[in-house]
This record gives sequence, structure tokens and C-alpha cells, in this order.
Amino acid sequence: MSYLFATASEEQAMLSRIGVDSIDQLLQQIPKPLQLDKLLDLPPALSEMELEQHLRQLASQSSGATSRMCFQGGGAYDHYIPSVVDEITGRGEYYTAYTPYQAEASQGTLQAFFEYQTMICQLTGMQVSNASLYEGGGSVSEATLMAMRTTGRTGRVVIAGALHPEYTQVLRTYVGHTSTEVIHIPVGSDGTVDLTKLAGAIDENTAAVIVQNPNFLGNIEDLAAIADLTHAKESLMVVSTDPISLGLLARPGDLGADIVVAEGQSLGIPLQFGGPYLGILACRNDFIRRMPGRLIGETIDRTGGRCFVLSLQAREQHIRRDKATSNICTNQGLMALRATMFMAQMGPQGFKETAELCLQKAHYAATQIAAIPGYTILFSETPKFKEFVIQAPQSAQTLIEKVAKAGVDIGPALSQFAPIPGMPDTENLLLVAVTEQRTKAQIDHLVNLLK
Amino acid sequence: MRNTLATQLIFDLSSPGRRAARLPQCDVPTRAIEELIPAKFLAEKPLPLPEVAEPDIVRHYVNLSTLNMSVDTHFYPLGSCTMKYNPKRHERLSKLGGIVDVHPYQHADRMQGLLAILYEMQNMLGEIAGLPAVSLQPAAGAQGELTALMVAAAYFRDRGENRRKVLFPASAHGTNPASAAIAGFDCVQLPATANGLMDVEELRKHADSSTACLMVTNPNTLGLFEKQIAEVAKIIHDVGGLVYIDGANMNAIMGITRPGDFGGDMMHYNVHKTFTGPHGAGGPGSGPIAVRDFLKPYLPAPIIEKTTAENGQTVYQLVTPEKTIGKVRTFFGNVGILIRGYCYLRTLGPEGVRKAAEHAILNANYLKAILKDILPAAHGEYCLHEFVASASKLSKEKHISAMDIAKRLLDFGFHAPTVYFPLVVPEALMMEPTETESKATLDAFAETIRKITEESAEFLHDAPHSLPVSRPNDVQAARQPVLSWSPKVGV
Repeated sequence: MSYLFATASEEQAMLSRIGVDSIDQLLQQIPKPLQLDKLLDLPPALSEMELEQHLRQLASQSSGATSRMCFQGGGAYDHYIPSVVDEITGRGEYYTAYTPYQAEASQGTLQAFFEYQTMICQLTGMQVSNASLYEGGGSVSEATLMAMRTTGRTGRVVIAGALHPEYTQVLRTYVGHTSTEVIHIPVGSDGTVDLTKLAGAIDENTAAVIVQNPNFLGNIEDLAAIADLTHAKESLMVVSTDPISLGLLARPGDLGADIVVAEGQSLGIPLQFGGPYLGILACRNDFIRRMPGRLIGETIDRTGGRCFVLSLQAREQHIRRDKATSNICTNQGLMALRATMFMAQMGPQGFKETAELCLQKAHYAATQIAAIPGYTILFSETPKFKEFVIQAPQSAQTLIEKVAKAGVDIGPALSQFAPIPGMPDTENLLLVAVTEQRTKAQIDHLVNLLK
Repeated sequence: MRNTLATQLIFDLSSPGRRAARLPQCDVPTRAIEELIPAKFLAEKPLPLPEVAEPDIVRHYVNLSTLNMSVDTHFYPLGSCTMKYNPKRHERLSKLGGIVDVHPYQHADRMQGLLAILYEMQNMLGEIAGLPAVSLQPAAGAQGELTALMVAAAYFRDRGENRRKVLFPASAHGTNPASAAIAGFDCVQLPATANGLMDVEELRKHADSSTACLMVTNPNTLGLFEKQIAEVAKIIHDVGGLVYIDGANMNAIMGITRPGDFGGDMMHYNVHKTFTGPHGAGGPGSGPIAVRDFLKPYLPAPIIEKTTAENGQTVYQLVTPEKTIGKVRTFFGNVGILIRGYCYLRTLGPEGVRKAAEHAILNANYLKAILKDILPAAHGEYCLHEFVASASKLSKEKHISAMDIAKRLLDFGFHAPTVYFPLVVPEALMMEPTETESKATLDAFAETIRKITEESAEFLHDAPHSLPVSRPNDVQAARQPVLSWSPKVGV
């Protein structure tokens, strides 16, 4: 079943209009020796009903957050997704359109993305946002490359403390083949970046200082202090933030960030085993022409009416080719639309209340777990938002397996990211995240399982 | 019938104190926020986001959606983008619990069903490519290109070879040179030829021991099969280089010929194109790569392998290739799109895959034939899944440009073809009807173009005439960029 239209007689009529006898004749453009002489070795076609039965059977062999209690963290979280997000982004007018090259036929998409860019600025405290990148780690790398272009410095980039280990890996993949040195300053005993060591690492060749807040270990960094150290050497501060935390925490833009990036999954995007997610990138106005990715701009049309277009395309690959600011073409449009719906639905008050629920529930959970003999909450004196590191009396992997059997998911275990700078022994350490969706009963259940 | 009240900017609809979301009461004992987080880390003011009610949001974005053309509503022959029908079943099935709600750090033991799907997807993509080793990680075609080039770089580094050059023809997508530059290679563009195919002699001049890779789109962006691809590949292989096939146009050849069989060593797919994504107003895409076995050790981590446990049970595992380039993105990949691609391939089966390609070719050639006296395509007697017509003659004789035709088509309810690409054709209109369109639609489209070419150039320069917006001022947008809304001050 290939969703075709042409009946046999239509096919014949079309072929004769083309002036050939058969489709095979059209295929003669492909040299015969290069053509397959048999069908591909693919599984046989399924009807819609069979396909659904097949998928349902396989889906039933996988554990999703909706049927379990998800305390998993590490960059992707089980936040609530309002119905509005699914209903509106499920409209074919959005999800079956493409990149808005023809502005007149894409004003819906273009205006929605203009609103997205604006809301991301409002959320992060920056002046300009692009229309999306792939995901959080990619955004860190793109921001770093952008900082190099902006400062003209390619000698060094500094990772300040506990950046998500996968973001670090992606960054190393992107710059590993260049002469740029990646210096990783470990966290100190309080689980935040060691500011003295950081100060020593930033030099006149440093393009960017990259900091995640709250950091990978859940701890809140002193962004203002890091900004001072960064700007003293005229480097740029790249902050990777948790969008939900900004319902409570000061915006990175208000604390001196030059480029703000984030994993946007928390903004109404399902977990779906890691993607598609949303790469957020926002910055100060003066970097506009160095930005990667699509930008939507407001302008007027020939009658003087307000409208929206893909703007500043001279930065992009289809114009600049090997001199482009990035190779990105297809971005994460529909995910940006989901985030737009989510932010509109939440508004200032919804963001604040969601963040407060995360904060209170995470601290309740941490307190309860700390009271269990043998368990410690690491960096317990350091301020946290919704996630924290547990030191268990046994291997973290074993513990994760144990509670999983009772329908509760925690983790990831930190050992899977070892070595983490500043964290020599990770065997018994794991992350636990508590979103607004977790109830007291669920938290108490987890605590009982840990005992 | 347009509701312009609802399509003001959402910020204009905002009213202080209005809200949509209601959160539950906190059910755990609470503490003062300042006790948990020092005041210096806390926001001083609420976020300046719009304050709207849920019905505001729905009416606003539903009305905005009606200002779009889409595959669900219009013929969308955007060349190079494969705007085919997006089956509704994919939307339902990709949202099943156990697929849509699996955390990226879920343990492999607890998602065997999902890994089985992704493993089969790896296999099917390997089979269609004729290149057995597959990474599902890249988020889009451009990232697939970059990933494959990094794999190539790691391979040459491993062999102690310093190869700096990446070659590509002038008709290449812009992403090819952009990706090569990010991967640290020097880009060498080969000149275009009169017949629209690669110039083998020119290639021979540039291919040498410093050549890492040739990037070639096959069929190329003119919709033509590179007939000499086997010889081209041999030239590159003879100097020790690798052949990269840009798979943007796989819809033309799936089930008919395979990149691995015509000399490719690496390729990427665009799952959002060939396997019906959907396109999502500009993404998400998914850009898996398929490579030869000797490149498998360098693929990004993880890949999925199938083993048999001691008790005879099949087990799917996430495995790190031994010389992996690392990761090109966070987490596994754009799984939601891969699931849709899987559903598509399982619906078509081997016969259906070939049939889809054949009918994409049939439709493109039919459209080319019925347009040939008004908008001739300069290259090739026949094409594969798309062709590039030129409005050059119309432009000279009647001052009607490719852009005029594109814009006027919108008035008649057709999305425009891709215009002014590839760069090697003047006044280019690149048309890819796809297999999921009827003869009646193609006839009506061609008839509309015929009518348009009979209209006055002056009238066409102002097209579209019936849409809410016409000919945006791009120059102003670029000179004085307004990229976000700001509250009016002092009104």
C-alpha cells in the first residue's frame, strides 16, 4: 500500500502522454547493471489494523512514564503536557507544512515562530532568539562556535563545572578536530564550579565559558560571579538553563549571560526516548548576524501590512554554503510550536507555580531520603531546584533495578557518565528528579522502596 | 470570514491577571522559598510572558493555522523536499504509551519493544541503502552529512592519512559544503556541465591523494540519475577516497537501485522526506546514516545490536562502536520521527516501496510532459522524481519570472515549487509532485500555470492577489531586523 492514485487506465494515459510504453522505460536512465534485479529484503506489507496490533504489542514491552512513576532526570523530565499542545500541533495545517519559504502561504507558521522567538526572549532575559536548533547539547556546541566567531578567539573554551556529560561529548565531537582547547573545570566540594580554578583557566584566548544552571548535579551556580570572571577577560558566558526553573530563578540574561541555550523538552515535548526535542538559543542583539539557524523577522508587505518572513538568510547554508554560520537546514519547527503553546498556556503564574511545586516536592523527597539510614544527599547545603544526587548504600545500578521492579524509575546512575570531573567515585551515586507531576504518595512509595 | 481579531499577536491579546493553566495544590509540607534558595538567585519579577485564557490560545493558533498551506490542504510540489502524504495512522501509533513516554535513560531491559522497532529500522535502512551499518542518531539530513564526514575523518585519521579535500558538484545542496566546513575539510566545488550531470574529466583532475570524500546527490538536484556514478566512484576509490551519497532524493530510487550498489560508501536519509516524516512546519527531521561495514567502528554511539541470551530469548542492546566518533547530539535520536518512518516502511513492504518510487517518477515525468511547451526543463529527456523547469524564455519574452509564477500559483490554491534552486539553472522552478497526487491534480496545476503565463507581467509582479499578505519586503526585514515583539512604550 503506497498511498497511490493512478488507476491502471490513468497510468496508461499518463505514460502515453509522456511518450513511453511503460514505467520500466522511464527507468532506463538508470544503467541496467546498477538496478536491483529482485525485491528488497524487507518485511511484508501490513494493513493498518495489523500494523496497529504489531505496534501495540511492541509498545507493551516498553516502560513509559505515564504507566509508571518517573523520577528520572539528567536532562529530560516528566513534566505535564497540557492538552492544548497536542490538539493544536496535531493540526495538519502545521505539521504537514514545511519550512516557510513562501511567506504568503506560511503566515501561520511564521507568526507562531515570531511569537516563539519573543517568548524565549521573555523567558531567558535575552534580546533575540532563533527559531530552534535540534536539542540541548547541539545548542551548547552551536553557541560555542558562535562565541568563537563573535570574539574571533579560537584558542580555548572553558566548561565551568557540571555540564551535562552528553553536552560535553557533543562539544568535543564538534571541536575535537580543531586546535581549540577544551578546558573542563571540575566542581568543588559543594557541587558547584570551583571559582578559583575557573578564574585561573579563563585567558585572553578564551572564546566562551560554558555553564549549566542548575548544573548536571542539580546544584544552582552563582551565575553573576561566573559572569564577572568571564567578562574580565572579555570572553562570552554561555548559559545552559532549565526552562522550568525560570519560573523561580533569576533569568540568565539578567545575570550577565551573553548566549543562553537550553534543552526545551520540558516545554510540552514528550520524552519519546530522547527526541525529537528542542534546542533553544538566544543571545544579545549585537550577535544577530553571527547566529546559527532560522530567524523569523517582522516586515511589511507591498500594501504596507505587517507580516513575517524568514529573515537574514544571508547567514545560512543555502546562500553562504561553506561560509555559513551553521549547516542546519531542517530544524525542530513543530517542537518550537509545542513550546509556544506550552509557554502561552502557562503564562507567568503557571510557570511560577510549576517551578514552586518542583522545588517543594524535590526538597520533600530529598529530606525523606536523607532520613533513611545509609543514604546521603550529596551537596546538601548547596541550593537546588528539582534534581539532586543520592549516595546509596549499594551500587546505584542495583538500586535502580530494585525500585524499577516496583514500577518506579529513578536515575540515571552517575557511573554511566564516569569519569565526571571532580567526582572520583560514582559507583553508588545517582540522580533523582521530582517534577510537579509527582504526588506525595508516589514520593513516599519511593522512600519506602529505598528503605 | 477571516478572524483578524484572533490573529493579532498573542501579546496583544494578553491581559494582566488572565491565565490558562491551573496547577494542583502542593501536597507535601512546604518551606519558605528563601529558605531553600538564597534571594540573590531568585527572580525579582514574574516572567513577562503573555497572560491569556485557554480559549484565547486555541482560537489564536487555530486561526493562524488557516493561514498556512500544507500537504493536508494543498498540492505542495516543493522540489527537493518530497512533500508526500503523511499517513494519519503514524500520528496515532507514534503516540502510544511505551513509545512516546520512554525516558532516554530507561534501562534497555525495560524497553525491549521500542528497541526492537529501532533495530528493525536500522536493518531496513541498511537494506534500502545497500550499506549495512546504520546510525539512527542524526537529527536531520544536514546532521547526517556532518556525522558521516566525521566518520570519514576518523577513519582516515586512524589510517594515518591526512586528507583535506571534499569535492562536490555545483548543483549540490548548500548543506554539503557547510557540513564539510564544520567537519574541518576544505571544500572544492566542481563546475556544472551542459547536460546537468557530473563532469567525469573535471573530477579526474581534482581527485588525488588529498581527497577525503566526494559528496554527490544521486539522483541529482536536477532529478537526473548520474549515469556514470560507477565510474565516478571508481575514480574516488582509486585515489583512496570515500563516496558520500546525499540521500535527499531517495524517493526516486528506493527499491530500484541502491547507493551501496552504485559505489557509495556512506549516505544519509531524510526520514521526514522519503518516509513521510512529517515535515512539521520546518522539522523535526531525522537523518540516519548508512555506511559500509569497515566504517561501522566509527559510528556515533550508541547503535542497537540483537543478541540471544542463554535462555534463548532475543535481547536488544545499546552498544558503543569501538572507535566511535562520540555523539553528535544528546540522547538516542529523533525517535518520534523514526517510529513514523518505521510505520511507513511496514505499511509499504518491499513491493510498495518500489511502487512508490515508480509512481513518483511517473508523476514527475507526466507533469514535465504536460508543461514542456510553457516551462521547458533544459536537462534530460526524462527525469526521475523531480525536474527543474526554467522560466528563462518567459522572462526574456514577457518579463515573467519564476518568482511571479510561484507567487501567482498561491492565488489558485497551489503551493509554489522550489524557486531559484539549483543555482545552475536560470529562473529555476524545481517541481517534485511525489507519488501521492492524482492525474487530475497535476492536470489542474499545469492548466493553472498555462493561464498564469497568459496574464500580464505587471499584474503578476504584484501576485499573490487573494492572500492576506503579498510580497513581503525582505530587504527591510534584513536591514532593520525585528525578531521579537516589544511592548509599546509611553502609549
